[in-house]
Amino acid sequence: MKKQFGGPALLLNRSDINTDEIIPAKYLTEVTKEALKPFCLEDLKLEGFDPAGPRLKAARVVISRENFGCGSSREHAPWVFEVNDIHTIIAQSYARIFRQNMFNGGMLAIELPKVDIDRLFALEAAGEMLIAVDLEQLRIVATAGSQSENFSFDISGFDKALVAAGGWVEFADSRY
Amino acid sequence: MGQTIAEKIFAAHLRDEPFPGAKVLSLDRVLCHEITTPVAIADLEARGKDRVFDKTKIKAVIDHVTPAKDSKTALQAKMLRDWARRHDIQDFFDVGRNGVCHALFPEKGYIRPGFTVIMGDSHTCTHGAFGAFAAGVGTTDLEVGILKGVCAFREPATIRVDLVGKLSPGVYSKDVILHVIGQLGVNGATDRVLEFRGPVVDAMTMDARMTLCNMAIEAGGTCGICLPDMVTVDYLWPFIEGDYADKAAALESFRYWHSDADARYEKTLSFDVSALNPQVTFGFKPDQVKPVSELAGTRVDQIYIGTCTNGRIEDLRQAAAVLKGRKIADSVRGIVSPATPKIFSEALAEGLIQIFMDSGFCVTNPTCGACLGMSNGVLAEGEVCASTSNRNFNGRMGKGGMVHLMSPSTAAATAIAGVITDARQLV
Repeated sequence: MKKQFGGPALLLNRSDINTDEIIPAKYLTEVTKEALKPFCLEDLKLEGFDPAGPRLKAARVVISRENFGCGSSREHAPWVFEVNDIHTIIAQSYARIFRQNMFNGGMLAIELPKVDIDRLFALEAAGEMLIAVDLEQLRIVATAGSQSENFSFDISGFDKALVAAGGWVEFADSRY
Repeated sequence: MGQTIAEKIFAAHLRDEPFPGAKVLSLDRVLCHEITTPVAIADLEARGKDRVFDKTKIKAVIDHVTPAKDSKTALQAKMLRDWARRHDIQDFFDVGRNGVCHALFPEKGYIRPGFTVIMGDSHTCTHGAFGAFAAGVGTTDLEVGILKGVCAFREPATIRVDLVGKLSPGVYSKDVILHVIGQLGVNGATDRVLEFRGPVVDAMTMDARMTLCNMAIEAGGTCGICLPDMVTVDYLWPFIEGDYADKAAALESFRYWHSDADARYEKTLSFDVSALNPQVTFGFKPDQVKPVSELAGTRVDQIYIGTCTNGRIEDLRQAAAVLKGRKIADSVRGIVSPATPKIFSEALAEGLIQIFMDSGFCVTNPTCGACLGMSNGVLAEGEVCASTSNRNFNGRMGKGGMVHLMSPSTAAATAIAGVITDARQLV
């Protein structure tokens, strides 16, 4: 199923946010994605962040720094974002498996250079942030308060095809 | 231009390249456990595609929470069990015959040099110890692997890690890999293969090489890999003796996979481990590593010996050698989980289990259990565990708990003293 990208952003100002913080292992006993919904980022301890707060509930985009999603291979990490309608992650870099899992599910893991990530975090001071993603032009517009900033990004042809197909199962099934 | 072992395996398995740099490989092994596979099974059913590409290349085990601890884990086990039966997957390991996946599957001879291996488990990189390309993947990759026998990778560059010198007595492969991760950082090998080379690797047993490769992912690595040699041949011989005239012939065949002398590496790192001391982690990231001496005296509540990193027979021997004739401190509890039934039996026959029990350890069945805070030794808020596992993330072994990673020998010494202790310092 094709996903919606962009929307209100939640900024997590730390590197190496790991899969255990995104979805603790004790919830891996669930056999549906939907059952994970209440536990998103439950074990993330970060100043100003409340896993039960309204910011996470409203978020459709997560913005973070380096090596996002490191640790376990659990696809429960992208899934817990997916079932909370967060289909776009923007970070400086990702752990390989998390990044692949995002695109495999037809979702976006956008990489921006440090200078752009710094601009996004600086922009947050102007107020709650809204992200618009243009997948055709490969552009992002971030708006906070009265300010707005533009970014360009790149994703590989393969990743673009996965998003267009709705995920790796759809892509592989039509081809192999 | 020569090729690395990873490049040779990619070239031999390349099935498609739908976009430049996106390499779709055919798979020799698709390994499954009960935590990440059931969602793939359910999705295949929902799509009307409940099929398997080759039942002989799929291996499955219930290992993370076993025997089931509650209705949910019982359902996960049942979903895997029913699926394995329905598709006549012969190599399925249920309660009593099951063990930690990355110890059990190598022990059964399923992993061979030059193979491509995936599993919905990040520590799949362990199997690179056999000269295989083995990578942890998510459930969607696993699902496509089960259905089509393929998986897509960006071809990773290789970082060559030369381990030179000679390990001192009481210093083990766990100490080496903790040190290497400390130097590389948790992001230092992302999207890279770590090729472990040199006299220190040559002198290692397969058990020690598996410990080394197991933690490649903790530096972000796609796979750790060792070049297959006579140690590999000896380990695999019971499974391959019908395929080769003799061991020399097997070795000659395996040598095909060796990286060429003029292979290109992204970089080469060299570590002289001769002066290396036992290592331990101190924070919530596996690259936060110090010599044990700098954390000596740190109080712990629990000691956990086992897991896909250090639950093999050699690990149990190392720990038992320290524990023999001693009692663990009253202030701690010790838990040991031999990683497979075979390892458990060997430990029984060698008297190791008696040593663990006499010292005050609780001996549990083979399972991943406590390593990821799921069963058999979960920590309470504020508790500290000395563990031979591979991940010390905040809350990993239980919400609010802390983990110090170390070798089995250091863990055993820590159990006796009740505080982090260098086994070589025990009087």
